[in-house]
Amino acid sequence: MNLMPASVTGTETLTEPLLSVRGLRIAFGSARGALTAVDGVDLDVAPGEVLGIAGESGSGKSVTLRAILGLIRPPGQVAGRVLWRGRDLMTLPERELRRVRGGEIGIIFQEPMTALNPVLTVGTQIRENLKEHTTLDAAARQARAIELMDHVGIPAAKARLDDYPHQFSGGMRQRAMIAIALASNPKLLLADEPTTALDVTIQDQILKLILRLRSEMNMSVVLVTHDLGVIAQTCDRLAVMYAGRVVETGPVATLFKAPRHAYTLGLLNSVPRADLVRQPLNSISGQPPLLFQLPHGCAFAPRCRFATDSCNATKPPLIALDAEHRTACIHHGEVAKAT
Amino acid sequence: MTLNYVVVRLLQILPTFFLIMLVCFFLVRLLPGDPTSAMLGIKANDADVARINASLGLDQPIPVQFGYFLRNFFRGDLGDSIVLKVPVMQLVAERLPVTLFLTGFAAIFSVLLAVPLAVMAALRRDSPVDTTIRTGFQIGLSTPVFYLGIVLLTFFAARLHWFPVGGFGNTFGEHLYHLFLPAITLALSLSAVLLRNLRNSVIEVLTAEYVDFARAKGLRGRVVLLRHVLRNALIPTVALFGLNIGTLLQGAVITETVFAIPGVGRLLIDSIFGRDYPVIQGIALVLALLVSLVFLLTDMVQAALDPRIARR
Amino acid sequence: MTLTLTVPAVRSNRIRRRTAFAVGIALMLFFIVLAIVPGWFAPYDPIAMNVSAIMQAPSWAHPFGTDNLGRDILSRTIWGAQVDMQIAIFSTIFPLIFGTFVGAIVGHYGGWLDAIFGRLVDLLIAFPFLVIVIALIAMLGPVIGLGLKCMYIAVSIVGWVFYAQLMRADVQVQRQSDYAAAARVLGYGEWRIIFRHLLPNAITPIIVYWMTDMALDILLGSSLGYLGLGAQPPTAEWGVIIHDGVNFMSTGWWMSTFPGIAIVLAGLGFSLVSDGLADIFRRRA
Repeated sequence: MNLMPASVTGTETLTEPLLSVRGLRIAFGSARGALTAVDGVDLDVAPGEVLGIAGESGSGKSVTLRAILGLIRPPGQVAGRVLWRGRDLMTLPERELRRVRGGEIGIIFQEPMTALNPVLTVGTQIRENLKEHTTLDAAARQARAIELMDHVGIPAAKARLDDYPHQFSGGMRQRAMIAIALASNPKLLLADEPTTALDVTIQDQILKLILRLRSEMNMSVVLVTHDLGVIAQTCDRLAVMYAGRVVETGPVATLFKAPRHAYTLGLLNSVPRADLVRQPLNSISGQPPLLFQLPHGCAFAPRCRFATDSCNATKPPLIALDAEHRTACIHHGEVAKAT
Repeated sequence: MTLNYVVVRLLQILPTFFLIMLVCFFLVRLLPGDPTSAMLGIKANDADVARINASLGLDQPIPVQFGYFLRNFFRGDLGDSIVLKVPVMQLVAERLPVTLFLTGFAAIFSVLLAVPLAVMAALRRDSPVDTTIRTGFQIGLSTPVFYLGIVLLTFFAARLHWFPVGGFGNTFGEHLYHLFLPAITLALSLSAVLLRNLRNSVIEVLTAEYVDFARAKGLRGRVVLLRHVLRNALIPTVALFGLNIGTLLQGAVITETVFAIPGVGRLLIDSIFGRDYPVIQGIALVLALLVSLVFLLTDMVQAALDPRIARR
Repeated sequence: MTLTLTVPAVRSNRIRRRTAFAVGIALMLFFIVLAIVPGWFAPYDPIAMNVSAIMQAPSWAHPFGTDNLGRDILSRTIWGAQVDMQIAIFSTIFPLIFGTFVGAIVGHYGGWLDAIFGRLVDLLIAFPFLVIVIALIAMLGPVIGLGLKCMYIAVSIVGWVFYAQLMRADVQVQRQSDYAAAARVLGYGEWRIIFRHLLPNAITPIIVYWMTDMALDILLGSSLGYLGLGAQPPTAEWGVIIHDGVNFMSTGWWMSTFPGIAIVLAGLGFSLVSDGLADIFRRRA
């Protein structure tokens, strides 16, 4: 199924998704054997929507983003299809793929201090993006760079262009990185834990900035994070990943109110609540599986209180509960009763 | 990088200069007996002895002697060569440029050799190309400079007659021609050191996130390589290059001997057999000061390349 | 769709590292054995002159040829191993012991000791190593005569500083470590902490450097031998043999070529071992 409802304005028009990932598999060779980071992931992103991908470290969410842009290098191997505006990015020749990168899809990373080249000025890093994807001349590029810095909320934009990354504060660096990534007006922004390295007040500013840019530039966003609070604040839809697979996906409100996968339930329960008096912290017992020793059946079964034998037999596929909500749990009924 | 920074660093180097001169001063005084007769040997006549004694102030206490030494140094007087009977400073002034030419030439060669090969080895890490390059340079690192020089000299100069057998020549063009083989000999040892370091540096930089980010912007491979990877990877290598100036200079001493080049290195060796102590002392002093200056320059170049180094 | 995965890069890298290490050890042992019992391997007496066999090219009788005095080059090269291995050991043993000791003390106590030591290091690295060794040899030569002993003394006077610097840095790092803090809390005496706790951990980079230093000293020793400032003729040291052969390069290229190969292989052996040890220690850390 690749027809998705548009979710931004709530209008029920069916539109072709902007990005469609089908059967993504990513594995790495290591000394101990093949390590499966992503084990068959399907995702859709509609125009203008913010899709959140939530999961703990090692769930494969970051590596999924990078695979979309073809940034996984050997010894990593990627299989599957990544359909962007109808074209499969996985089979695109390098030259075409380069045009998509930065020009049509932008990406920002978690830690701006390591993502920005320390020996080049921020201005240089913006302008090289413009040089690659636009036909603006040098003067126009400079002007656009100033405009971008302004747009992301960096004061004294013109002067700051000649500064180096280490001369910016954490929040400003993140804004600079956003400016660099969005320089050529991409239609999709992939954000890999953009606020994890920031403190809470700055986090809020950056998230608001991303949302503002989303509407101003008519852009979609895929936001990867482990922080459910961030998801709640910004995302329209959510895909929960565990051990390299999507285990539940649907509108954020639905998932938060009525999760239908034990892992999602566990995640929601483990968020400390400020309104209750003196509750012990809930955590999901056990550990995520080692990625080179994935179990045959449901990867979450060993830690799941609803698990039965049939869970260990085969990997559960995503079952559609309604038009928008899907879960990979055969016992979703039990989960529903537990919420 | 401000003028302030340069001045501060220059001032920091003065104590080292002082210590270098102290060491050189005491170097000659390691000899048994009084320095003068040791220096002049049994051939000394009283007039010479008296003259040297006066200029060195040997009847004075040591600190005063050192004072004389410093004063003489700043006057450009490093004593006179016993063997050649001319001021040491004159000898050094004649020959140092030759050594510097050779060293500079070798430095350029080593960079031309090391940088492309290091990048190639790093990009094709663990491939046969990489292994070949690294093995080749490992062997080069274990090859003594004098041996390599002899082999190259014999094969390319004596046998094939492609190059002259040593010497320096008279014009700039002749200099390049005569110094070609010696410079290559000298370059090999330094490029082996540089290659290893640069290859590791490039490998490390290639895994940096900003390289991924650059690729994610859709930049071309070559742009990413040159602007993003090399700019960063070269920084520690530049430092290493400066620190290894000593390697180049000591290689130059040997190379000059093998190829009969009229530089400071060959003068040093000749002086040892001739027991020409003022010359030995003078050369050691000049070389040490030169090396210190190069260290300073290296620091400054590094600061210019890496904006993270504090700019005060 | 299953992905066929190979684990090529990691494994071949390990094979290569192990091969290099093995080659290094083999070379090192080879030369050490030659050094201990050269007589077992050398077909002729290295200093025996044979007027009827002057300047012979390599042949079955003389695999490395003979020199202008009829001496067999192979035998001279084999006996040269003994001299050059000695050089490797005697040039490094004093610097190793003295330098490690001083470095441990300076690193542990710090303070003004450290400040002085720092200045000393700055001073020393300003002189190209060969130049200062040559200058020292020049000064000591008239007193004790040119030769191996003179060289050992000259190298030792300067060489210990590198070991001390390495040791000092290492001790300073170890001092901050948790197990040292634990030892201090347990009330162990200073000396005990230094020798039984800090030293064993700090020693591994020293061993690695020692191997490299031996390789460097073989190169240095043979260079000085070539220049006439190290081993003196008729001692069969590789550099000396090469020097003897230089004038005959056009007529008797074998005189200088083979001993040079020996130098390269010996140096290579030690540096490969050094790299291999560095690898092992790094992975153990």
